[in-house]
Amino acid sequence: MSEIRYGQAINRALSHAMTADPTVILFGEDVGAAGGPFGVTRGLRDKFGPARIRDTPISEAAIAGVAVGAAMSGLKPVVEIMFMDFVTLAMDALVNQAAKARYMFGGQNSVPMVMRMPHGGGINAGPQHSQCLEAWLAHVPGLKVVCPATVTDAYGLLLAAIDDPDPVVMIENKALYAMKGDLPDDASKVAIGKAAIARSGRDATIVTYGAMRYPALEAADLLAKDGVEVEVIDLRSLQPWDEAAVLASLSKTHRLVIVHEAVEAFGPGAEIAARMADVGFDELDAPIVRVAAPFMPPPFAKTLEDWYRPDANRIADAVRRTLR
Amino acid sequence: MGPGADTADHATVVALHATMCLIRETETRLSQLFADGEIPGFIHLSIGQEGVAAGVVAALRRDDTLASNHRGHGHALAKGVDLDSFFLEIMGRIEGICRGRGGSMHIADMSTGMLGANGIVGAGLPIAVGSALAHQVRERDCIASVFFGDGALAEGVLHESFNLASIWKLPVLFVCENNGWSEFSPTSQQMAASPAALAEAHKIPATLVDGNDVLAVHTAARDLVAAIRAGGGPRLIECKTTRVRGHFEGDPQKYRDASEMAAFEAHDPILRLERDKPKLSADFHAARQDAARRVVAAVEKARQGTLPTIAGALADVYTPATSAQVRP
Repeated sequence: MSEIRYGQAINRALSHAMTADPTVILFGEDVGAAGGPFGVTRGLRDKFGPARIRDTPISEAAIAGVAVGAAMSGLKPVVEIMFMDFVTLAMDALVNQAAKARYMFGGQNSVPMVMRMPHGGGINAGPQHSQCLEAWLAHVPGLKVVCPATVTDAYGLLLAAIDDPDPVVMIENKALYAMKGDLPDDASKVAIGKAAIARSGRDATIVTYGAMRYPALEAADLLAKDGVEVEVIDLRSLQPWDEAAVLASLSKTHRLVIVHEAVEAFGPGAEIAARMADVGFDELDAPIVRVAAPFMPPPFAKTLEDWYRPDANRIADAVRRTLR
Repeated sequence: MGPGADTADHATVVALHATMCLIRETETRLSQLFADGEIPGFIHLSIGQEGVAAGVVAALRRDDTLASNHRGHGHALAKGVDLDSFFLEIMGRIEGICRGRGGSMHIADMSTGMLGANGIVGAGLPIAVGSALAHQVRERDCIASVFFGDGALAEGVLHESFNLASIWKLPVLFVCENNGWSEFSPTSQQMAASPAALAEAHKIPATLVDGNDVLAVHTAARDLVAAIRAGGGPRLIECKTTRVRGHFEGDPQKYRDASEMAAFEAHDPILRLERDKPKLSADFHAARQDAARRVVAAVEKARQGTLPTIAGALADVYTPATSAQVRP
């Protein structure tokens, strides 16, 4: 067991994967000599050399497209998009090429690439450096999307993503890179598509992922003071997402609140709510409630951004609404 | 006659001619089949441009990789994609090379290094650059190639791809098939710079050839491939050529001058080769007959093929778990 930061856990997973498999390579903007804009890839170029750890120009479309071509020709590229907002510049390669190559070529090949990118606010980075666009990617058949909230999951999901034969987008969180946590000595891959129960409870279920795990847990603490025991489910993966785990929890608590930092309209919560209103209809004792960002760009000023992002009080209020 | 026309031996000339004939016969037949309603969707034909596909691909090895575009039938056939599987795919049959999932714009065959035709203009460029990166990192002496039209010159990812290939000295051959048309608009009104100028701006040496002279194309491509394989980094070859058909089948081409269209026969790469090498007329005649016979047989086989059933519709969106550990 060692205490390390979330960003270091990613670094360790990259290092382990590259040691184990010479076809794993890493490229992106400033990931080499500079060690990454958030220090995540620090030291890897010294360890694995400039042939396998490559600094690219500021060319997101090429980064993504080159990853597709490399993955179709025997490598397992891991590429970094500096902020998730910049994935807009890489969407053709991701959506039209990576996601479809296996299907439209009749199963001849796979595209074993990983694209890492941080989303989320909390550092006052403003409208073009804070967005949570994961619903776009989870909407594309052929892509897998994971979003780890803990040190262990960041390590284990990245190992699983690199080992996966299909394109996986790993969404990290800028506000979590410095967070410390314990990485067990026997930490290994975390299965893509499996949720974790972050806290057990019987009265209501909160489903969340990524950094919102923490305000959700805070909300559960607040509610526990009132005698309300909330179950918090950390999805960890968005595509595929663990429908069975959510349904099992709903079948126990009969109340569901979905929390994410992405804007509420057409967000991941809409899909989760729709599925539970269908397969979980008989279990529901209250409306399904979402707590998410309002339908607006992420604002810059601290007062505005703090208001924009869901917090424990808003989440607790939403749970109380389901208990009325 | 191109500068290298005399350096190709008879066998090479005959092979280049045979490839062009196979592409021509295939696409002429596709045009009929499409008009008759036997091909779903839409198709883009490269009739008139066969000299580029035949000439360049003959300079590649089977284990070299190729990324193509929406007008990619010639590239696929030249690279060695099985003719029967090709027709089965374009006619939407389960026995097709892509199991009837892709059709004309997505012909791919990993066994011949054909990384796929592509429905997105310019999208093949970074894919080829990535394939070249894989060849370089894996220390194989393969090269990657990408065919794109002059319309792709206006796509941003082309510039990103040129730049990255250049700074990393990747083994990739950029093949610009310049037919002068960006879909329905003349490229002369859309591009401020030539393909060569754009390549040279990224320090990629560029060669200009008459794309309708298959021997000139082949000789130039052979030299460029050798330079790339020797570690010289990327090269661009611009092949000036002629798009005979519309942007897609059914396009009446009302935007083109009658004089331009009247000159098609003079530019025809197959007729030019036949005129230039009269002594090989017997071989040429045999090649035309062979192509016609093969295409007739492939079409008949495709007609007998099976339409995909809904039972298998969802397969291959993801790699099955059973093969999850298979490495490329």
